[in-house]
Amino acid sequence: MNKTIFFGALATAALAAGIAGASTLDEVKARGKLNCGVNTGVPGFAEPDANGVWQGFDVAVCRAVAAAVLGDPTAVEFVPTTGKTRFTALASGEIDLLARNTTWTFSRDVDLKFEFTGVNYYDGQGFIVNRNLGVSSAKELDGATICIQTGTTTELNLADFFRGNGISYEPVPVETGAEGVQQYTAGACDAYTTDASGLAAQRANFEDPTAHLILPEIISKEPLGPLVRHGDSEWADIARWTLNALIAAEELGVTSVNLAELAAGTDNPEINRLLGSEGDLGGMLGLDSDWAARAIGVAGNYGEIFANTIGEATPIGLARGLNAQWINGGLLYSPPFR
Amino acid sequence: MTTLADRPVTASTGSFKLSMLLNDSRYRSLTFQFIALIAIIAFMAFVGGNLVRNLTAAGLNISYAFLGEPSGYDINQRLIDYDSQSSHGRAAVVGLLNTLLVAFLACITATIFGVVAGVLRLSNNWIVSKIMAVYVEIFRNVPVLIWILIIFSIMINVAPSPRDFRGDDATASMMFFDTIAVTNRGVYLPKPIWGDGSMIVVAVLLASIVGIFAYRRYSRKQLFDHGKMVPVLWPSIALFFVPVILVQLILGNPITLSYPELKGFNFRGGITILGSLIALWFALAIYTGAFIAENVRAGILAISKGQTEAAGALGLRPNQIMSLVVLPQALRVIIPPLISQYLNITKNSSLAIAVGYMDVTGTLGGITLLQTGRAIETILLLMLFYLTVSLLISFFMNIFNNRMKLQER
Repeated sequence: MNKTIFFGALATAALAAGIAGASTLDEVKARGKLNCGVNTGVPGFAEPDANGVWQGFDVAVCRAVAAAVLGDPTAVEFVPTTGKTRFTALASGEIDLLARNTTWTFSRDVDLKFEFTGVNYYDGQGFIVNRNLGVSSAKELDGATICIQTGTTTELNLADFFRGNGISYEPVPVETGAEGVQQYTAGACDAYTTDASGLAAQRANFEDPTAHLILPEIISKEPLGPLVRHGDSEWADIARWTLNALIAAEELGVTSVNLAELAAGTDNPEINRLLGSEGDLGGMLGLDSDWAARAIGVAGNYGEIFANTIGEATPIGLARGLNAQWINGGLLYSPPFR
Repeated sequence: MTTLADRPVTASTGSFKLSMLLNDSRYRSLTFQFIALIAIIAFMAFVGGNLVRNLTAAGLNISYAFLGEPSGYDINQRLIDYDSQSSHGRAAVVGLLNTLLVAFLACITATIFGVVAGVLRLSNNWIVSKIMAVYVEIFRNVPVLIWILIIFSIMINVAPSPRDFRGDDATASMMFFDTIAVTNRGVYLPKPIWGDGSMIVVAVLLASIVGIFAYRRYSRKQLFDHGKMVPVLWPSIALFFVPVILVQLILGNPITLSYPELKGFNFRGGITILGSLIALWFALAIYTGAFIAENVRAGILAISKGQTEAAGALGLRPNQIMSLVVLPQALRVIIPPLISQYLNITKNSSLAIAVGYMDVTGTLGGITLLQTGRAIETILLLMLFYLTVSLLISFFMNIFNNRMKLQER
């Protein structure tokens, strides 16, 4: 009896592991749909709108890849994942691409056998507190109760930060950002910590956003990016270069407005190679030549996506900061298209 | 290893033929059992081999080395020493103890709820019996996860947060002469400080507990041998409290209390019972209590009405009829399903993560799994743990059941 249960579980695990095999590109094409893992709901990054259509900064990556591969930005099956389920979903083949503000770390890349295909948002972990606590620095949080999403890198950073500063805290683990916000607003925890972008996004939904302060300390590096499974480098290339195409488009001045005009051919050979009027970069990826033009055509270049989903004109109100192009002093730097 | 040829040949048939394996009813069942065994072993070998092959293909392996590595995360409730530098193995033990703690508390509380509700549901008082019927039907027909979430969100939204206790215009205050603070993070109780001579007090307490059992045994003997009813409840309570309080006063208060005080962000200096533990404990107890109430009712109804009437005719009062005549017999019917309910509580406690209670599913099967990515290893350990605990509970409850069985002479 005991053995039956034991091996039954092994069988389930084996079935899940057995799915990896055939080329992901062929699978996606045969299915006619991209299975994309996203967050369960973070305003501005990934959240269904009033019509149930997923919108957001991470969602845009999924749509760009779907447009590049399948020619249809709506051919995406969005799979909401929690911090706990995301890696299992990707490793088991339930999703083809995970675009869910996931931090690129050594152990995830190497030990968990995933491949990060770039960084779409440079973030860092911050704290939000109620202004009436009178706290102005994270180092004053000695003895505080802090809500934290379980199973994330933020959990480890938090332990390191408090240990490094020799102060104590009491962690309250929560499963999703929504639960964390619920407990934080009810006063069950003094502070809530997650990536600073996430804090800004959640604060936008508070009853009175001005009553809450994001503390100045950023206690970690959180490069967030889309990732795929190890072992299918062709598929990883597609995801990587789709993101690079969005970033390069901003650098080269390709926008959703002038895309059609520039795609016909310009004097700039790099734009021509990117948009497919010169060379055959798409063919090398196993796609057609105007793959990048389709990806950019969904919602514009990186800068346009940023401005429309989480930029300063939106309720989220994030500044470009580290996420500006390298020529403007940021970290965004796409390798050349040639 | 015995082969077929080695089997002793029965005298009546003379010689053994291979066809007898199928045709002879003495061997047939053995043959089929053997075939089934081989098939199961082959299937398991295939599945296990498949797993190992696929893991190798994905570049992974099965290894428990992570249990010795530093965990890197903190746990808010720990019954043993633990910090973020402790190993994943220790984090698993912390979670394991938390699981056992909430399961133990919930089993006891659920039994109390269940027995009270089950007995009262059979009450002749219409209102009381209907209230209990409503309790049972409401609580057992809504999933326990929902109850956990409801109770937790009521708690965090209704109870005051620690900052409400601060200042002159505080909107909340501590209860019972400033000794207990109820907040939406948990309940803070006074903590005993063990001074010189406090061990004597503890020894006296243990001695009184032994004394209570001895007294109950004596009263039972009086009842059985001489038919005399000796009061049990009040002497037991007196035995429990009076000697301890006397010794405490004589020795000059060796055990003092440290009261919780609001310092910084939280109350400090007392015993903390986290809100997540309370919510989980209470939800499990009240949900499972509804099931136990039905078991208790079934057990009581299984005792023939003649027993009650006969006891009444002997002049026993209603509460004596229940505790001396009906319940002891009903226990035979109640205990076997009660074992299942205890097992359910233990397993349902794995829903703890819904309120952020760090049980073994939350530490080993949650954070450790996610930080190390060792899904198969941790899940196997978890299954082993729940299986062991469940089998142990069954084992001890079965011993109890055997002692309660009708003694046939």
